[in-house]
Amino acid sequence: MNSFKKNLLKKRYNAERRFQWYGKIAIGLALSFLAVFMFQIFSKGYSAFQKTWIVTEVHYDKELLLIDAESPSKDDLENADYYDVAYKAMTSLDPGLPEEEDRQLIQMVSYKYEAEVKDLLLKNPDYLGKIVPIKLTASDDVDQVHKGNYPRDIPEENRRVNDYQLQIYDMLNERGDILLEFNISFFTSPDSREAELAGIASSFMGTVFSILVCLAFSFPVAVLAAIYLEEFAPKNKFTDFIEVNINNLAAVPSIVFGLLGLGVLLAVFNLPRSTPLVGGITLSLMTLPTIIIAARASLKAVPPSIREAALAMGASNMQTTMHHTVPLSMPGTLSGTIIGLAQALGETAPLILIGMVAFVNTIPGTPVDPAASLPVQIYIWSESAERGFVEKVSACIMVLLAFLILMNLAAQIVRHKFEKKWS
Amino acid sequence: MNLILVTFIILLTFTSYYFGRKKALVIQSSQRLTALPKFYGYYLAAWCAAPALIIFVLWSVFEPSIVKTFILQDYTDQNLTKNELQLIYTKVKALAVGTYTGNITNFLDESANKYIQLKGIANSAKVAIILAILIFSLSFAYRSVQKNDRMREPVEIFLKWVLFVASLGAVLVTIGIVFSLLFEAIRFFQAVKIFDFIFGTHWYPAKTFVRDGQPDPELMKDAFGAVPLFAGTFFIAFIAMCVAIPIGLLSGIYLSEYAGRGVRKYAKPIIEILAGIPTVVYGFFAALTVGPFVKEIGNAMGLEVSAESALAAGAVMGVMIIPFISSLSDDVITAVPQNLRDGSYAMGATKSETVKKVIFPAALPGIVGSILLAVSRAVGETMIVVMASGLAANLTINPLESTSTITAQIVVILIGDQQFGDPKTQSAFALGISLFIVTLLLNVIALSVVKKYREKYE
Repeated sequence: MNSFKKNLLKKRYNAERRFQWYGKIAIGLALSFLAVFMFQIFSKGYSAFQKTWIVTEVHYDKELLLIDAESPSKDDLENADYYDVAYKAMTSLDPGLPEEEDRQLIQMVSYKYEAEVKDLLLKNPDYLGKIVPIKLTASDDVDQVHKGNYPRDIPEENRRVNDYQLQIYDMLNERGDILLEFNISFFTSPDSREAELAGIASSFMGTVFSILVCLAFSFPVAVLAAIYLEEFAPKNKFTDFIEVNINNLAAVPSIVFGLLGLGVLLAVFNLPRSTPLVGGITLSLMTLPTIIIAARASLKAVPPSIREAALAMGASNMQTTMHHTVPLSMPGTLSGTIIGLAQALGETAPLILIGMVAFVNTIPGTPVDPAASLPVQIYIWSESAERGFVEKVSACIMVLLAFLILMNLAAQIVRHKFEKKWS
Repeated sequence: MNLILVTFIILLTFTSYYFGRKKALVIQSSQRLTALPKFYGYYLAAWCAAPALIIFVLWSVFEPSIVKTFILQDYTDQNLTKNELQLIYTKVKALAVGTYTGNITNFLDESANKYIQLKGIANSAKVAIILAILIFSLSFAYRSVQKNDRMREPVEIFLKWVLFVASLGAVLVTIGIVFSLLFEAIRFFQAVKIFDFIFGTHWYPAKTFVRDGQPDPELMKDAFGAVPLFAGTFFIAFIAMCVAIPIGLLSGIYLSEYAGRGVRKYAKPIIEILAGIPTVVYGFFAALTVGPFVKEIGNAMGLEVSAESALAAGAVMGVMIIPFISSLSDDVITAVPQNLRDGSYAMGATKSETVKKVIFPAALPGIVGSILLAVSRAVGETMIVVMASGLAANLTINPLESTSTITAQIVVILIGDQQFGDPKTQSAFALGISLFIVTLLLNVIALSVVKKYREKYE
């Protein structure tokens, strides 16, 4: 073999290796995007599952509470004045502080600290007249300082926590009076303007209701439509049209469904704005084609021998379909439905258009109460400037992703456990 | 009231099912049954529920508008516009329910009384009609049961109709989309010339906000030019494609031609996770991490970079789209017949030469189709752009500046309370219909390309 040919061969083999490397690099890039992404979310978000408390002492002084009765009833405690007691509990941290500077101390706890002082006494009526330790929710600035998310060495005027507050914080921290505990209120409280109080309960319930409404509307219609198209529809122009229609509908951008919800459900049918009911119906229109396509594929996979056997035994077409084909296709249909719902779960844009982006600080009890949903909550919080919300967003994303993973797992299990393998 | 009526119909339906089945057993003692006993029950139940529920739904849909026409008849001589009439009707309704707080004029009071009266009449009429229908249809059905007519066929035909109506659901959704978009868009194009919308180069709808009266037509002419939005949309989609096509295509080729079974089994689903992550999460990532990162790099190189650059939004969108392209092209490449590969190998070609010179050209139509589908996805993507790209519509081709897209503008316009009848709100629907048309065209072309390609090798 002469050297020219050898060189050519070498070149060609090098090109081959290079090409393989391009492919490996491409896959590596795609995987590393995912890794970076997950790392970012988790490293930013895990701290939101912890909550900072400031421990101080509160004196439930009857005089300051304005309670006259000797043995006060629950109502007396309910109606007592907690302002002074709570105020004293905070200012006692630094007794030497002049009165006009007291806001600096008060700002270190959440604005609901008075209610927290009240709740403790209502839970333990025998604390009345005693001096007891109490845990107060730290303000989100102190919270962020404690979690190390705020740089402390920048000039004071650029910081949200001033030198004096830092000094108090350090003193408390040394005494062990700053606690970091699991953040239950993140899961149990509704949205709030204050990062330290904000939770996902309202948006979580909103999501649950929307998904249930979505399921209730889209599943029956989609399954019936799939049965018709796959088992009964005559082959003509009209059914072709329906088929093309469904395929195109599956590719319509989600925001267009939001416009549909706005223009028809809200403007024409006058359904209540900002509610999971409207959100769920809008999402169901979106998932309809997904479920129809999955259900049809799954009906198609049932072997014709099943149908033929049923027909040979004298069953009518309808009986064959309803008693044999449809039950056998259910695992595939169900897993397709779950995947469709998981898609709907992550949708944000259509819900924003129908007003589920409103600030809701109550936990919805029914699908016709105003609510947000988890993805919309992510959007709302990420538009907010406070540093405390960044970790909340990441934590909310983690909850959403966990939800999605669960649903996809469920779809996999349904598919693999119950699907019959025909061969 | 409605709830009671519906519950009553449903209860009656169940009762008639059991009654029909029982009746069949009675008939069985004297004659041969024409179908299984439960079909007698289904037959009665279907006749009970279907007509009553259909009438009920139709009535509930049309009643409000009929009542409205009756109420507003009294106001026809006052020369009011449509919006004013709507306002009056809302007031009347609120007054009748007792939630009205403004001052009450005699006229309003009268209308409210009329409204209550009409509602009462409508309600009792509804109950009466539905009861009559129930009695009529049930007695008709019962007669055929008694005569022991054929039972299974009518029930199955009925079921078939139910299935057919359900399959119309998807068509209804499309019709709903087209009409709701068209309806508002047409009203928008009455205020703004369609020519100004398609070819105008300034998008600044906030300019048309006027507290009272109509906005100045001159202002309107210059405020709704959608060219910057179309340009921005395709520009960001282009950036996304620059990221997604090389990575997606190369990983698709690698997975289908080179990767061993183990790699394929794990790498493919993991890459597909990227497609399952909600877009709002990508938006957050783009706005908080990628945007500042791009800005920092740009500043370090001495470039002026906006914090909300088109580059950041486009790049993140590209990452989102990678799995679409990789999975679709993987499928398409796998579908290329093996004998093409074997022929190429037999001629002494290396694997990469086969891929480049034989498989890729053969799979090209399918790949183009999958890229078009991905483009349509990128064009319709909303949250990434809303959160990471700018909201001001700049006409630019500098990826470091901020720009806006059709979808982002729709969200910006419609977030919060909307006023229907305002050209600004209507412009969102005009944008919506252009988006719908663009994505529809892309899809139709993509699907037909893919279909042609499939036929070639089948």
